Amino acid sequence: MTATALTTLDVSQTPVVPFGRLVSVELRKLADTRAGRWLLISIAALTLIVLIIQLSVVVSQDINATYADFMQGANAPMGILLPVLGIMSVTSEWSQRTAMVTFTLEPSRIRVMAAKFVGLIILALVALVIGLLLGALVNLLYGAFSGNDPVWGSVGKVILCYLVVWVLGMATGFAFGAVFLNSAAGIVLYFVYNFVLPAPFEIGAQLMDWFDTIRPWIDFNYAQGPLLDTTISGSEWGHLVTSGLIWLVLPLLIGVWRIRRAEVK
Amino acid sequence: MIKVEGLTRAYGSFIAVNDISFECKPGTVTGFLGPNGAGKTTTMRVMVGLTPPTGGDVTIGGLHYAAIPNPGRHVGVLLDASAQHAGRTGREVLEIGARTMGLAESRVDEMLELVSLDGREAKRRVRNYSLGMRQRLGIAHALLGDPSVLILDEPANGLDPAGIRWMRSLLKGFADRGGTVLLSSHLLHEVEQIADEMLLIGNGRIVARGTRDELLLNATGGVHTTLVTALDNGQLSMALTEKGYAVHVAGSGLRVTAEPVDVGRVAAELQIVLTDLRAGNEGGLEDLFLELTADTQRDTLPTEVPA
Repeated sequence: MTATALTTLDVSQTPVVPFGRLVSVELRKLADTRAGRWLLISIAALTLIVLIIQLSVVVSQDINATYADFMQGANAPMGILLPVLGIMSVTSEWSQRTAMVTFTLEPSRIRVMAAKFVGLIILALVALVIGLLLGALVNLLYGAFSGNDPVWGSVGKVILCYLVVWVLGMATGFAFGAVFLNSAAGIVLYFVYNFVLPAPFEIGAQLMDWFDTIRPWIDFNYAQGPLLDTTISGSEWGHLVTSGLIWLVLPLLIGVWRIRRAEVK
Repeated sequence: MIKVEGLTRAYGSFIAVNDISFECKPGTVTGFLGPNGAGKTTTMRVMVGLTPPTGGDVTIGGLHYAAIPNPGRHVGVLLDASAQHAGRTGREVLEIGARTMGLAESRVDEMLELVSLDGREAKRRVRNYSLGMRQRLGIAHALLGDPSVLILDEPANGLDPAGIRWMRSLLKGFADRGGTVLLSSHLLHEVEQIADEMLLIGNGRIVARGTRDELLLNATGGVHTTLVTALDNGQLSMALTEKGYAVHVAGSGLRVTAEPVDVGRVAAELQIVLTDLRAGNEGGLEDLFLELTADTQRDTLPTEVPA
């Protein structure tokens, strides 16, 4: 602070907050509360528990299982909880009203949202590493317990598929959070989209041939099926892109537009 | 330093802030006074870009808030001390701020010490803070980046009397070092002792402005009044009336339309013993405040305020 009574601010010594710093702050905010920390811990713990259950079932029932099968098991908790994390990273700023402080320290709301998004993607990558390692561990244990050789399949494809699934899941959660700016609404409607909507889509596809044809192009959950099976190829990537435009990109744009205009209370 | 020009904010047909203009100068404390819902908070929110204005303009040091790079280093803001994540510790709240602004971690300790939050309190979660502690934390957060401008909404809310005195000297010192302070309050006495200039706002409009003395003189229409109590009020009353001053009984004494020196002179001449003699405009500021903002008051005024 200068002692002289200046009526203009000298901003030459203070560069804009670097984007990397915003990302590191947003990452920190995901884990600096008891609730946030436990959500992260429980995602990893639940993944391990599900995998152990899956392992005991396949071993005791003498079922053949592959690395991709175990990754599908890991996806049960990851696929549900990563989007929840994505939703809450946005909505908690509103429910806890910290957005007021966040946006006064960085008035560019787009930059804050981008930093949050990048932070979540980094977290999704960490989750991927953890999931892949736990899956590999369980696959090795499967080999030891069942007496069969563990089947790894195309590890590269497994990594690629689950990278895409979890990054998309995290991003979709983020988009839902940004659209509703409310934890409860965001989570409930995300679950409706994820668990309830497939039923009418399925019925529609059974009853109407034309709907059956276009379904893969508009049903984001359905389009992610081949990723979970790690069999995705050709036009199935196209399904992922077009349905992703509807269920990920569109909500994301609406959410960002809404946050930019929102009066932060 | 802070310049508000023709600022208007409407919510549908409700006009929260109606064409207000003012300026806050460096080295001064500006008190923003008005009853709840008068438009103080809305004005401050527009200043820092949280609410878009319907019309008009606000600049800080010649810049729109959004154009200030790393604004926490220039403008300290406290709009709502309760707007913190309940699950974070007080210290963590400051650390997030310090990190965002790119400050050393030692700055967090300095600020905690400045606002008298000890190590144990800083480790507690904000959920368990009293309103007064949240205010202290909020003030620490506002001062974190060593700003030259402070914008504080109701900072004294929830502070105990010692805390209010502490904050007063803190802000006074800040202004004396060349800083610009804008603070709002709905309580006159919180502001009148530190504010170099006061803005009275009611119904979204600035209804009066000026220094304390200017407002006081305006409050009584330029007429001086004196409150006086004598051992023999009757004798004094007669003497003053003879001199042509208007005299009314007020409480245990008299209210006289004259300056204290005139009343004292009359008493001295007649050797009347006075037990109390003071300027009677003091209550005027409060009356003015209530009167000017009466339209937005929730409670009606009592017709006569006893002296």
